[in-house]
Amino acid sequence: MSINATPAGADVAADAEQGSGRHAAVPAQRSNRRTKKTPLSENKRAERKLGWLLCAPAALVMVLVTAYPIIYSVWLSLQRFDLRFPDQREFIGLENYVTVLSNQFWWTAFGVTMLITVVTVAIELVLGMGLALIMHRTLVGRGIVRTAALIPYGIVTVVAAFSWKYAWTPGTGYLANLLDGSAPLTERASSLAIIMLAEIWKTTPFMALLLMAGLALVPEDLLKAASTDGATSWQRFTKVMLPVMKPAILVALLFRTLDAFRVFDNIFVLTAGSNETSSVSMLAYNNLIRGLNLGIGSTMSVLIFITVAIIAFVFVKLFGTAAPGSDDGERR
Amino acid sequence: MSVETTTRAKLRWGLLDVIVVVFALIPVLWIASLSFKTPATLADGKFWPREWTLDNYRTIFDTSQFVRALVNSIGIALIATLIAVVLGAMAAYAISRLDFPGKKLLVGVSLLIAMFPQVSLVSPLFEIERQLGLFDTWPGLILPYITFALPLAIYTLSAFFKQIPWDLEKAAKMDGATQGQAFRRVIAPLAAPGLFTTAILVFIFCWNDFLFAITLTSTERARTVPVALSFFTGESQFEDPTGAICAAAVVITIPIILFVLFFQRRIVSGLTSGAVKG
Repeated sequence: MSINATPAGADVAADAEQGSGRHAAVPAQRSNRRTKKTPLSENKRAERKLGWLLCAPAALVMVLVTAYPIIYSVWLSLQRFDLRFPDQREFIGLENYVTVLSNQFWWTAFGVTMLITVVTVAIELVLGMGLALIMHRTLVGRGIVRTAALIPYGIVTVVAAFSWKYAWTPGTGYLANLLDGSAPLTERASSLAIIMLAEIWKTTPFMALLLMAGLALVPEDLLKAASTDGATSWQRFTKVMLPVMKPAILVALLFRTLDAFRVFDNIFVLTAGSNETSSVSMLAYNNLIRGLNLGIGSTMSVLIFITVAIIAFVFVKLFGTAAPGSDDGERR
Repeated sequence: MSVETTTRAKLRWGLLDVIVVVFALIPVLWIASLSFKTPATLADGKFWPREWTLDNYRTIFDTSQFVRALVNSIGIALIATLIAVVLGAMAAYAISRLDFPGKKLLVGVSLLIAMFPQVSLVSPLFEIERQLGLFDTWPGLILPYITFALPLAIYTLSAFFKQIPWDLEKAAKMDGATQGQAFRRVIAPLAAPGLFTTAILVFIFCWNDFLFAITLTSTERARTVPVALSFFTGESQFEDPTGAICAAAVVITIPIILFVLFFQRRIVSGLTSGAVKG
């Protein structure tokens, strides 16, 4: 198993179990880097150049395909631009934003998206933690459990969505037939519940894998010591494991929250947004492809972008997630 | 946990294992079961087919709609994976090995892209690709796939690269190899398992995409299977496409199942090393 520590987690674990080979390598590497910081030699300059050269293509693609379109999107959102009436295209300032933000459909979709995000992420955290413990600790059939858990992760979301859809279709489905003939996908509350079920089924394994990486950092000695001191398994979980795992949990929460906010595939297949089950992504899609309204579609794009940025910002500020990916602990 | 390695504990874990496996497999078995049902028994609501048939599979492989979509899916996902892994490996090598200003920036940018709401790109990319003539073409999909696969590739690969014994590189350089040669001759072969794992993860990502595929295509030219599935209708309006949809769904699930069966260990280590860092 090659599990890497999160930056903050690595330190906690290193403090707890000093001398473990993997962690011992980290300081060595660091001092190595420091000694390299001599005045720019020929070698040094060549290294820099190579570094830039190697990174340039990746950086270029990433920036060209995201930064440019999002800026272009802001520009489009300030225009009246309906592809069905291209000659009416004109600059209208913030009018599109007023239109969207005073629109009831937008707020309904926003509410639905928020609801799905909060409920699924909360349930996934609990289930994911359970699954992580099972995958990490199980005494029998570890390989089988891990393999099985990877299937929901890997499967095409649309395929899984169709499976759930037919399962809940009256007559056809094994689940629908448990419910005396009602059609759950034609009502709002039950549709939303099924959408959330499909989301949870699909993404819990991913959450569990992220948590499992955190779990691997919990020093075995500490658990044994707590156990000897008479801690119950619940106390060991809350007092020993959770604190060590905190960075991993926050990273998992951040990523899943942002991911859940983009919910689209499941809704598209399961309800196509009927009965007020559209998410903001569904709404943006409908405005673009069905409505061909680029101005309004772009406005929604920008609003979704801002919302996601706010969520990420709040996470990092509020929980002080040592900004996941703040490189390899070189900060300190 | 060695303290309580009793039969009872084993039983308890075993039970939990069974629950997980059943929960994970039921939706997959269900759609497979539907794909083998005959039209007459399709709507009987039974979990297992009473009469088995391969007709649904024959139907989909007889329609150009599905075959074309399958070719598109495979081609687009493979090309995007190849390019993303090559570009990702170059960047990851630089990040894990070289010292140069702007490194943090690159890591930060890829993190931002990993969190980027893809739906925000749908409207502008639709318009940009229409103007550039990329709309409804393979490159039109490959480009966004590479972009969103790159953070995954970079994180996973730098995690792998950090575990490589770099003294070998030094030795190679002492023997007169340049940094570039050291990369190609010494490190690349050592990095192959990491590259392979990354390729699987990236492929799964591209194979899975629905949002870009449905917004940036309009005909069979570049439409991938997930999208084709959602547009499947029967031959006539009286024919139920359920069986065909399920058969097609099973076909595109097969590669995923194979990956998971053969490379479970790699996928888990790839996801836990790369993802937690990212």
